[in-house]
Amino acid sequence: MRFTKDHEWVDLVGDTATIGITAYAAEQLGDVVFVEAPEVGKVVKRGDAMAVVESVKAASDVFAPIAGEVSAVNEALADKPETVNDVPEAGGWFVKLKVADPAEVAALMDRDAYEAFLQTL
Amino acid sequence: MRYLPLTETDRVGMLATIGAATIDDLFVDVPASARLSEPVDLPAHSGELEVSRALGALAAQNRAAGAGPFFCGAGAYRHHVPASVDHLIQRSEFLTSYTPYQPEIAQGTLQVLFEFQTQVAALLGLPVANASMYDGSTACAEAVMMAARVTRRRKAVLSGGVHPHYASATHTLAHSAGVETRRLAAAVDGEAAVIAAIDAETACVVVQTPNVFGTVTDVSAIAEAAHAAGALLIVVATEAVSLGVLKSPGEMGADIAVAEGQSIGNGLNFGGPYVGLMACREALIRQMPGRLCGETVDAAGERGFVLTLSTREQHIRRDKATSNICTNSGLCALAFSIHMSLLGGTGLASLARLNHAKARSLRAALAAIEGVEILTPRLFNEFAVRLPAAAAPLVETLAAKGVIAGVPVSRLDPGAGFDDVLLVCATETTTDEDIAAFARALNEEIAR
Repeated sequence: MRFTKDHEWVDLVGDTATIGITAYAAEQLGDVVFVEAPEVGKVVKRGDAMAVVESVKAASDVFAPIAGEVSAVNEALADKPETVNDVPEAGGWFVKLKVADPAEVAALMDRDAYEAFLQTL
Repeated sequence: MRYLPLTETDRVGMLATIGAATIDDLFVDVPASARLSEPVDLPAHSGELEVSRALGALAAQNRAAGAGPFFCGAGAYRHHVPASVDHLIQRSEFLTSYTPYQPEIAQGTLQVLFEFQTQVAALLGLPVANASMYDGSTACAEAVMMAARVTRRRKAVLSGGVHPHYASATHTLAHSAGVETRRLAAAVDGEAAVIAAIDAETACVVVQTPNVFGTVTDVSAIAEAAHAAGALLIVVATEAVSLGVLKSPGEMGADIAVAEGQSIGNGLNFGGPYVGLMACREALIRQMPGRLCGETVDAAGERGFVLTLSTREQHIRRDKATSNICTNSGLCALAFSIHMSLLGGTGLASLARLNHAKARSLRAALAAIEGVEILTPRLFNEFAVRLPAAAAPLVETLAAKGVIAGVPVSRLDPGAGFDDVLLVCATETTTDEDIAAFARALNEEIAR
């Protein structure tokens, strides 16, 4: 699993990357009440606003950490958005991307680097 | 605070402080051709009595809707507003409070909005209603943009029965949001024509009942056709009183319903302020624009009200907000709500039936005139008539005789080929004498 400074995680299996927000992000947001997912088939560039996560406190964009094509979205969040708070780095995933360039994933932070980054905040 | 204009000494002192020689020096960036070289030619000041007399003379040139026979409808309706409505909305707790920016402290305002929403949802037959929009036409535009967000499609088809002003307001707003609108050719009884115009890019179809020609249509089949193509159905009503007897938009399969609420509790107000009503299916609530008031319980378990789902709105969602509307027609919505509460469900139905009965009397009186053809096949309280000559000049002639005969279609939709068509409306305010005076005057003019 890899991480970004925007507090997203990326889990690459084959050429499919599962993407969500980190436990730190979920805690900062507070109770998540809604996730607006992109359309399946949408092509995103790294840095594009890809989804919106809405909590009782705020609505925030979720940026694509890597380029790719949306191959699936987590439909279960529509009825149970609290899954993002319960298991942010597993069942609370947002989207799956068919990755354009796996090297982009490798370039992201590993868990140790992300933990170290959190210490600086 | 007293308002006192600056003296010449004040002006000189201020100019000296900022280092400008004359006031005109402050405007040098405005091209000389766009500046006035001398003061605007206005009369000198007058005393209060003179001003009151001058303005009274100007006002006397208006002809109030209630001053005699009056048959205009077409989106703005003259109904009786009980004196209690005006009395209650003038309570300072209501009158002086603007849109709630610190909402939860204003529980009374929120309770009114919640009750308003409850009434609108019941009237439109859909589970969720917002706290009102500016008017019916902008509510229509917002509904179209909402449908585009829901379906992620960019085309809207409007029937030829949608009020032309609603169509143009929708075009203006939706066009800027990247949504293409197409209004079909004006048609007295052609709501279903939108079905043939639906394609895979269509976000929504917009139909109106009763439409601008007064025609009532059951749009259930249009709902089915739209849904089969993945498009939403938006149903528009300009005359909210009609919903007292007609099938609600929700019952007919509308995904979003919008209406002008002026008819209930609000006067003609020279065309505004009015109050837009909007309701939708629950699944679409996240894409609904405007303020939403919700019911909840406070820490002590007491019933209370909050503004809810505010993350759709621009003060939180910024550029990704569902709309840049961040207020509502609060006072007009209050008037609507008070009148609705006074009428109740059965009162509203009786009022609607009375309107329909008056319109049928008017239809019978006009149909009896040689050369007048009734065009509207199924009416509520207004309908279109074809005259033997252009409608607009005839309306002027009748106005000179004290009868405000209606709205010529050429005024709403110039060039649509309906120059000889007049829209007429009767409400509970129309008397048998009004109808007789209209029929007599029209008969005389046509016979001439």
